[in-house]
Amino acid sequence: MMDISDLVKSISLFKPETTLIVTFLLAMMFDMAIKKSKNIAGYIAIAGLVIAGFFLFQQTGANYKAFASLLVVDSFGQFLKFIILMSSLIIIIFSFFSDELHNAHTKLGEYYTLIIGMTFGMFLLVGSANLIMIYVAIETMSISSYVLAGYTKEVKRASEASLKYVIFGAISSGIMIYGISMLFGLTGSLNLFEINQFLAANKVATLPLLLSGLMILSGFGYKISAVPFHFWTPDVYEGAPVTITAYLSVASKAAGFAVLLRFFKTGLLDSIPGTSEAWQLLGNIDWHYVIAVLAVLTMTLGNLVALWQTNMKRLLAYSSIAHAGYLMMAVSVMNDNGVSAVLIYFFFYMLMNLGAFFVVQLVANKLNSEDIEEYNGLGYRSPVLAVCMTVFLISLTGLPPTSGFIGKLYVFSSVINSGYIWLAIVGVLNSVVSLYYYVKIIRNMYLRDVESTKSKLVFSPITIAIVLMLAIPSLLFGVYFTPIVEWANYSMNIFVGN
Amino acid sequence: MEIGLTHYLVISAILFSLGLYGIITRKHAIMVLMGLELVLNAANINFIAFARYGGMNIEGHIAAIFVIILAAAEAAIALAIVLNIYQNFRHVNVDEVDNLKG
Repeated sequence: MMDISDLVKSISLFKPETTLIVTFLLAMMFDMAIKKSKNIAGYIAIAGLVIAGFFLFQQTGANYKAFASLLVVDSFGQFLKFIILMSSLIIIIFSFFSDELHNAHTKLGEYYTLIIGMTFGMFLLVGSANLIMIYVAIETMSISSYVLAGYTKEVKRASEASLKYVIFGAISSGIMIYGISMLFGLTGSLNLFEINQFLAANKVATLPLLLSGLMILSGFGYKISAVPFHFWTPDVYEGAPVTITAYLSVASKAAGFAVLLRFFKTGLLDSIPGTSEAWQLLGNIDWHYVIAVLAVLTMTLGNLVALWQTNMKRLLAYSSIAHAGYLMMAVSVMNDNGVSAVLIYFFFYMLMNLGAFFVVQLVANKLNSEDIEEYNGLGYRSPVLAVCMTVFLISLTGLPPTSGFIGKLYVFSSVINSGYIWLAIVGVLNSVVSLYYYVKIIRNMYLRDVESTKSKLVFSPITIAIVLMLAIPSLLFGVYFTPIVEWANYSMNIFVGN
Repeated sequence: MEIGLTHYLVISAILFSLGLYGIITRKHAIMVLMGLELVLNAANINFIAFARYGGMNIEGHIAAIFVIILAAAEAAIALAIVLNIYQNFRHVNVDEVDNLKG
């Protein structure tokens, strides 16, 4: 039960989220008060995110079930919250340079405010240990993201994207809440810890448990765009503003993977703290295979369909589906090594994916198109940008010496260590397929139209600096990856408490 | 015959299926959203029925209230987006909003 000291401690651990709420309100107020500056809410948002990051850093080492086990504060959550925070920060900076957004609107206040709202929802989702809390958090982030996807509302394809997003999102969260209600009926509790205890102590009918688990997975699968809940991904990614596409592909997925891992580890698995032994399964259902099959389907579909895409945003959408597949491989082994691999991969994925989307945004600013053909001769037209794009694409493929290689290495080794050799082979074959479409872009940039008479593209030094700030770490962490690996290994224990 | 838990669960399963059927078959965006409400209310009936007959605590009732609130919020956003679709496309038929494909 909740007493006053629990409440006080919970509130003190809720500081990052509180900061985000205050930032949300301040951004709105300043936006209304100061009419001259278009980006004032953005500056407030950046300040708020930095302060939230400071409070988050203060929580290092905390392991606590806050608010009577509604939320869990642990180092696993802290790692993913940092990823979400960093990508929010980077996305807000990207938005300052987006012509697409600035041409469409006189005011961008709501845009930055909604990004903060979405960050808040994701923070809650990462920490949720109660099924209703998970539902509320998913809706908080989704509702903001539906609006953001269609923020340029005069653009036909953006409004189409938001319609598809809201319909698919609402259906999958509807199915999820039905699954939650079934799990509630089976176990008599909404709290993941109590569900775990109940499943460990009692025998539950297998079919309803499997069905409710799959229904709940549909909600998470939609967030991480896993097959068969991926249908919205390509359309929404193509239609939404580039900044939002990039945001959905990184932060939203990080929150989805966080809740997926926490749901399994806290709710459905009997855990042995402090070991990297495989987590013990509860309720006679082999969730390993359920997730492994979804992972294979996800990455294969993502990679194969990406082969014949001609729009960069759509191509990167399918590539992000494929990456969700690789990450699910690491989830399917269901041990601490897998968690650590997911964390390592996510950090590098954030750098390279955001970088690739920023290059797409810059090129679209100048050429008003996202077609792959437009990238012909980019190596001549803007050498720095083309080199950085090459780094991001090689990193996405997972070739050395980039950070993407390290991420894939850890994912594959966690899979092989658990004895799923066939899964690792499928993963490697998929990476080979992905090489084709990533290299196609590099070929367009360097080997097509080399003697073109097209003019050089001039980008402002500050945008080039931002691209370099993402490209250099993508390369650097490929050789010097120890700090990230250590940080991930420190964070891999999901707090299950007793 | 006494009305028990099973009756409520059957009703909610029927509602859920009808909701999904409506979402899949209807073309009009508003009708799709109505199908969605059926799905959410099916979950609500489950929550309340389990809380009442399963001998469980108040959590079920609270969950149902949360679902109702979020359904309202989601419907508001969805309707705003549908309105925006109407401004751009001059209709709200979900299957004809298909500029993005591939």
